[in-house]
Amino acid sequence: MQTNPSTAVGAGTTFHVAQANYYYGSFLAVSNVNLDIPERKITAFIGPSGCGKSTVLRCFNRLNDLIPGAHVEGTIQYRGVDLYDKSVDATELRRRIGMVFQKPNPFPKSIYENIAFGARINGYKGDMDELVERSLRKAALWEEVKDKLKESGLSISGGQQQRLCIARAIAIEPEVLLMDEPCSALDPISTLRVEDLMHELKEQFTIVIVTHNMQQASRVSDMTAFYNAQATEKGGKQGYLVEYAPTQTIFNNPAQQATQDYVSGRFG
Amino acid sequence: MTATDPNAFSQSSSAEQHFSSDLSGRYRLDNIFRIASWVATVTALVVLAFLLIDVLIDGIPRLDWQFITSFPSRSAERAGILAPLVGTIWLLFVTALFAFPIGVGAGIFLEEFAGDNLFARILEVNIGNLAAVPSIIYGLLGLAVFVRVFLPITGGRTVFSAGLTLALLILPVIIVATREALRAVPSSLRQAGMALGATRWQTVREHVLPQAFPGILTGTILALSRAIGETAPLIVIGAQTFVPFVPSFRGTGFSALPIQIFNWVGRPQAEFHVNAAAGIIVLMIVLVAMNATAIYLRNRFQAEKM
Ligand SMILES: Nc1ncnc2c1ncn2[C@@H]1O[C@H](COP(=O)(O)OP(=O)(O)OP(=O)(O)O)[C@@H](O)[C@H]1O
Ligand SMILES: [Mg+2]
Repeated sequence: MQTNPSTAVGAGTTFHVAQANYYYGSFLAVSNVNLDIPERKITAFIGPSGCGKSTVLRCFNRLNDLIPGAHVEGTIQYRGVDLYDKSVDATELRRRIGMVFQKPNPFPKSIYENIAFGARINGYKGDMDELVERSLRKAALWEEVKDKLKESGLSISGGQQQRLCIARAIAIEPEVLLMDEPCSALDPISTLRVEDLMHELKEQFTIVIVTHNMQQASRVSDMTAFYNAQATEKGGKQGYLVEYAPTQTIFNNPAQQATQDYVSGRFG
Repeated sequence: MTATDPNAFSQSSSAEQHFSSDLSGRYRLDNIFRIASWVATVTALVVLAFLLIDVLIDGIPRLDWQFITSFPSRSAERAGILAPLVGTIWLLFVTALFAFPIGVGAGIFLEEFAGDNLFARILEVNIGNLAAVPSIIYGLLGLAVFVRVFLPITGGRTVFSAGLTLALLILPVIIVATREALRAVPSSLRQAGMALGATRWQTVREHVLPQAFPGILTGTILALSRAIGETAPLIVIGAQTFVPFVPSFRGTGFSALPIQIFNWVGRPQAEFHVNAAAGIIVLMIVLVAMNATAIYLRNRFQAEKM
């Protein structure tokens, strides 16, 4: 991917989204999103269920391409290059933009193989054992699994599985990490571990996280985007971006009344 | 079942008004359905057992080494089943060799790569239709295509042609079984693979296919079992009932167990009916061996996939 100077945006911007509409078939799921996601910062997406947080997130690594009928109008740029440009290869893009899903989804293979797979298919040339250990250590999982690397990735607890998925994602050294409610299946201790991990990881990666946990958003993120949904004439629900600002502002001094209501728990 | 007392707990008064749990009525329905399904099972088993015992009583005394290793003969006592047995085993291999890779490949393409477009939907409907085409039609197709058109390759009325015809016959079943097995693999696994920068094929090969493999194998074995019991297409292709030599892959003149059994049953002499019973036992042994292999393979893959 080469940068295109004419469309390049300010340095330090990972994703530049302008007037983007997200569709599933003819259904407009999220309308008119404008965002600049800063590099090496944590950006949180919050908002009620069904307002389109996952949709916006899944388009950053073009995983929505897998859903028949899903498409986007408008501009989404990654480091100045249009994501949906013909010259962009989605497979290569996904190597650079890692993802952690809401539900832990380790491969039904050994813990070792879970991490080695991504490295192998992307032509990793270094020492695989060392990479597996390093990734597991970064994800704060090494101590718990170092004696059972040959066991199934499904044989560990849900929280451990989620950290395995994080280890798997960071093993291939992505530039961005997208996390869709990574802690929704975790206990408070595992959640704190993942949050600590995010603080460490943001030295290297840009992180975008979807969360329903207000405290989590205020604890970990630098920027926060609040989405909401409104009823359409057809009876469906249409998501839109209400407000995007530094997390401090969103939680203490938001511009919109809806944001104020949502973050303080007086919603709906 | 031990008798339980639905009133063992003290009742909360408000729930009492909104729900009528009618436990005894629901348990009665439970019992009715349990008995009904038990009757269905037993009926099927009794019929099968009856057939089996009948065949075993007739055939077991006839089943000896001489029977297995002899060629056909005009006298029932000297007739044997060697040529059709070898023919059936040949057919099994040829059919599996062609039907398995092509069927699984087509299933993978349709499920994982084709997407949801008009072309894929037309294919899907047609494959469903193909599965319902009578087997004799496949025999005619095989006669026209494999025996006549591909004569230089197949050698005409040979095991090769017959195997290809049976492969066509079971192809739709294998394709459908493959697609069902792939569909049962959760899409989160595909997303996980592709989110790591794997291509579609890498994801399918490394993660999806191993999960689906036991199901694919079961479908294939069921289809193969059906294929080796087929008679009609083999008759059209030109299977014979008097083959006094071991058939070869591309040699003219082959036989198969169902053909031989059918022929013996049709003879007036009672001794040949005994031969037919013994032949049925041999066919069943082949089937059981096949299923055992399938179960063995499936368990091995299941152990591997964790
Ligand atoms: N695969 C899909 N096909 C069609 N419509 C979809 C699909 N996925 C999501 N949608 C629709 O898009 C809208 C936004 O969904 P999305 O999953 O992005 O919401 P969300 O904000 O992530 O919600 P939650 O907080 O519950 O995860 C919803 O109206 C949903 O019905
Ligand atoms: Mg979501």
